[in-house]
Amino acid sequence: MTDFLPKSRIDRAPSPLKLKLLPPVTVMLGSMLAAVPIYTDYPIWPPLGLLVLLAWWVLRPGFWPVWAGFPLGLFDDIFSGQPMGSAAFLWSLSFILLEVFERYSIERDFWQGWVFAALAILIALLGGSIVSFGAEALVYANILLPQIAVSILVFPLIVRLVGRIDSWRLSA
Amino acid sequence: MAPPKNRRPGFSKRAQYSIFISYLLAVFGLAVGLLLLVISKADPAAFAVIRAAGTEATAPLSRAMAGTGSFIGNLGEEISAYFHAGSKNARLQRHLDRAQVEIAESKALKLENARLRKLLQLREENPDAIVMARMISTSASSTRRLGIIDAGSMHGVERGQPVRAAEGLVGRILEVGPSTSRALLVTDGDSVIPVKNAIDGVPAIATGLGDGTVKISAVNLGVNPFKVGDLIVTSGSGGLFTPNIPVAVVIRMSGGNGIGKVLASPATSDYVIVQPVFKEQLVDELERVVVPKADGDGE
Repeated sequence: MTDFLPKSRIDRAPSPLKLKLLPPVTVMLGSMLAAVPIYTDYPIWPPLGLLVLLAWWVLRPGFWPVWAGFPLGLFDDIFSGQPMGSAAFLWSLSFILLEVFERYSIERDFWQGWVFAALAILIALLGGSIVSFGAEALVYANILLPQIAVSILVFPLIVRLVGRIDSWRLSA
Repeated sequence: MAPPKNRRPGFSKRAQYSIFISYLLAVFGLAVGLLLLVISKADPAAFAVIRAAGTEATAPLSRAMAGTGSFIGNLGEEISAYFHAGSKNARLQRHLDRAQVEIAESKALKLENARLRKLLQLREENPDAIVMARMISTSASSTRRLGIIDAGSMHGVERGQPVRAAEGLVGRILEVGPSTSRALLVTDGDSVIPVKNAIDGVPAIATGLGDGTVKISAVNLGVNPFKVGDLIVTSGSGGLFTPNIPVAVVIRMSGGNGIGKVLASPATSDYVIVQPVFKEQLVDELERVVVPKADGDGE
């Protein structure tokens, strides 16, 4: 009988599929956005997949398993133009470091999250350059500065955006 | 927000194991990532199929937005121009003073340019182009410089084929999908191109530096034969690239090598031509070595 009534506005649970899958899907979409037609002589587009990943990490501590960097990084490698395995390796490394940080931290706030996200961005971008070109990459590291700056500054914006997505994720 | 409380899962063996296993998986992922990296460094085309599929999947997005790209591409320059306005003004003033002298020089250069253009025969050079296509994206988030071209194996594009624009050499095809392909741009750090000085034919190697310039190192040891303003063109040595495609202009010298600004910047060359792989006749090569002026035969 209750089928005829409008769905209850209280006591509803969001679909478990949405709860589980929405974060990885947003990360993958972020990675795929590397296909935007930007023609540059130097890297400038922020690694959106990584930024979305870190935004979820800031907003939902404990959501990502420690190994999440590997599959998502591997997916990112398909689209970024980096050698295959580059992000899979570097994102895994970042996640292990973030996990170590989480183990020893007592309290966590947005600012700390931003600082550690910035470190992870630095690892990913500088590391990405090193795995492509070896130690020579450090000589030409100044090429990366605009991209690193853009990525770190755009991060709070991504967190806001992911926050919006998160509230939709938790709504039934 | 406080970290979650699942760090110490109490006495539940199952919870303890699952955390331990997730750590194991993380380290395993790290190792596999490193292994894949080693494989793809050893053989850059190892995962070409997967990446070509990825490029195909995102190509509609790139195509749809391709028109707006050059604006975003130039945005960085626009912003930095704003910040450097003051010093730029002073610099421009100095340039203006110098320009008076240079006008006279440029008149001479113009004549030389016209002669070179004739020599290079830009138009007549590509009757055998495989396809003319749009460059729909570049790897803007990676330090690698790759361009995505809106033509693939359906159009006859194959791995290794040179890609050029009206301004000059763009790169060569690295990975091919059915309707898209990825080109390794001249400026990529892994790109090495046999070149020569357009005027005297001094052979050199152009290596990408990843920032829109190439390092031009002479093949012969000794005094660097390049000077600022020299036009660098492909030499055709070793095949692959058709000779006499313009590559770069030397803009400064650095540690005995020339630094050249690549002529076909991805921001300006949205249409590119894919050419067949150049198979050089041995006779031609011999001729060029014996008679260095052979380049002028086209007149």
